[in-house]
Amino acid sequence: MSSTPFSKQLKTAVFSALLVVAVAYPVLGLKLTTVGINLEVHGASATTLWIIAAAALLMFIWQLVRERIPLPRRTRSTGALPITRVGARLTEPATQRWLILGLVCVALIWPFFGSRGAVDIATLILIYVMLGLGLNIVVGLAGLLDLGYVGFYAVGAYSYALLSHYYGLGFWICLPIAGMMAALFGFLLGFPVLRLRGDYLAIVTLGFGEIIRILLRNLTSITGGPNGISGIDKPTLFGLSLDRRAPEGMQTFHEFFGIAYNSNHKVIFLYLIALLLVLLTLFVINRLLRMPIGRAWEALREDEIACRALGLNPTLIKLSAFTLGACFAGFAGSFFAARQGLVSPESFTFIESAIILAIVVLGGMGSQLGVILAAIVMILLPELMREFSEYRMLMFGALMVLMMIWRPQGLLPMQRPHLELRK
Amino acid sequence: MSQPILQAKGLTMRFGGLLAVNGVNITVSEKQVVSLIGPNGAGKTTVFNCLTGFYQPSGGEILLRGEPIHGLPGHRIARKGVVRTFQNVRLFKEMTAVENLLVAQHRHLNTSFLAGLLKTPAFRRREAEAMEFALHWLEQVNLTEFANRSAGNLAYGQQRRLEIARCMMTRPQLLMLDEPAAGLNPRETEDLKTLIGLLRDKHDVTVLLIEHDMHLVMSISDHIVVINQGTPLADGTPEQIRNNPDVIKAYLGEA
Repeated sequence: MSSTPFSKQLKTAVFSALLVVAVAYPVLGLKLTTVGINLEVHGASATTLWIIAAAALLMFIWQLVRERIPLPRRTRSTGALPITRVGARLTEPATQRWLILGLVCVALIWPFFGSRGAVDIATLILIYVMLGLGLNIVVGLAGLLDLGYVGFYAVGAYSYALLSHYYGLGFWICLPIAGMMAALFGFLLGFPVLRLRGDYLAIVTLGFGEIIRILLRNLTSITGGPNGISGIDKPTLFGLSLDRRAPEGMQTFHEFFGIAYNSNHKVIFLYLIALLLVLLTLFVINRLLRMPIGRAWEALREDEIACRALGLNPTLIKLSAFTLGACFAGFAGSFFAARQGLVSPESFTFIESAIILAIVVLGGMGSQLGVILAAIVMILLPELMREFSEYRMLMFGALMVLMMIWRPQGLLPMQRPHLELRK
Repeated sequence: MSQPILQAKGLTMRFGGLLAVNGVNITVSEKQVVSLIGPNGAGKTTVFNCLTGFYQPSGGEILLRGEPIHGLPGHRIARKGVVRTFQNVRLFKEMTAVENLLVAQHRHLNTSFLAGLLKTPAFRRREAEAMEFALHWLEQVNLTEFANRSAGNLAYGQQRRLEIARCMMTRPQLLMLDEPAAGLNPRETEDLKTLIGLLRDKHDVTVLLIEHDMHLVMSISDHIVVINQGTPLADGTPEQIRNNPDVIKAYLGEA
């Protein structure tokens, strides 16, 4: 097994150990400062230094002996763990349906007992679930790499913000408008660019996302530039405001029902709206998957030429995926604007696109339950680890790398629906 | 002889300086099996690509029942009933066999967005019919038991058969098979022959075939077109082709 010569192993081991030391310094926040002609290490206690040294030593030894320890070798050819039976059961569409049903029940009930902060974070997670599910159509099903998804999110958010700011329209009217606006943008962008494929498409969509953001920042007269638009109305419950004091001509929720004002109500209400939107998204996507168009998306991802030979119009199919994906981003965007009460171009940077894409990839392309889980992980982890906020990105990266090594197919990969044959 | 379903006149395809196909004429009559043969690199697949709209021919015209179809994009030609298979199998490998067949019926299904979202009765009925039709063809090609197996996991011969079944889903008038027997064992080739005969006789499909297996070609074809280095060499019944000195020379080299 150890076919590599010892000298080479030694070299690798030394190099790895040095790498550990080099990486450990910035990660643990040590600073090298020149004092006179000497270099001094600052910001470190003796223990930290010892830990680094120990880690380096461990790495050195590990690199030397790892070839000799007979580890249970996995078959590398498939590049994936064989899916265990429990895993397979979990990813079956029928099981997923029950799991989702269970999750929905829990999701409906818990906010009434949960803390305000938790509900707020859950709302944020739901926004990302919606975005992930939308992008899942484009990337996971149709196989179009879209790096500018946040652009449509921004279009949705600003649609509501502008309509509310200038025309005083309410959330419920603006929600479909925002979705349609985003869909329109998706359609307009998709029309010229969808003849591109793979990397080229990724670059163009990346550019699109940035253009939207920069446009929003520089159209100062309309969008307020970098300051964004603030004071956006919150959603109402059939015309009842959930604020402490209702604006002219409206009634507040607590007055109507004659209960004491509780600021938690507003948070829970927002959460429930988000949940409703997510459920709607889930329902639509589930149906889409079983519709001809859903199958056509997947077929297109697999083999565009074969699709053409069978009389499917690739441009139209791609365009529908792109437009629908954008539409869901628009919904999510308008809800985001309503929740924040403030939109600014800085909410729609490239990193948002990257996070949404990461959710899709992490969850398993095409798998809806996977996307939900991944969204929870991706949003909750940084929130839970606020104390280590400086290492957040590092953990993020590590998580990605580990996932790609151990489960390249995602947390819960998609499984094909089993079509019952009639005899 | 019945009326021609497909006619290619003076078909020419030029890639830069290379004249890949030069003035090829093909006439395919209804309910016939026509074979296109020729040595490797003769331009047979290029002819196929021109006929199905994957290439825009540089010259000549293609008529489908008298209607010009050259210059149309591939999916439009396919919708007119000219459907092809590929030299290297092009199935949707991650999808199951039956899903492959359903995708191919896309055009015949209710693709309305709302109908699908609401699962209207009309939508369900269409889906059920599509399923029925897919099952019928799975039976025809002996793949019923593999219906829910992903297409990529089928054996090679089964994949070939599935590809033909998938073409049949589009209710084609003209089925174009690009080397369907490549990589099949003798028994599978024999099955294929039966299948092609069945398509012609029972399902009224016209078949245009590229094939290297001369035994298959000679036994099943009604008509054979030979091309060599992009130019037409001979044209006739299997008997005529078998005895044509030019064809023998092209295949075996000068004696």
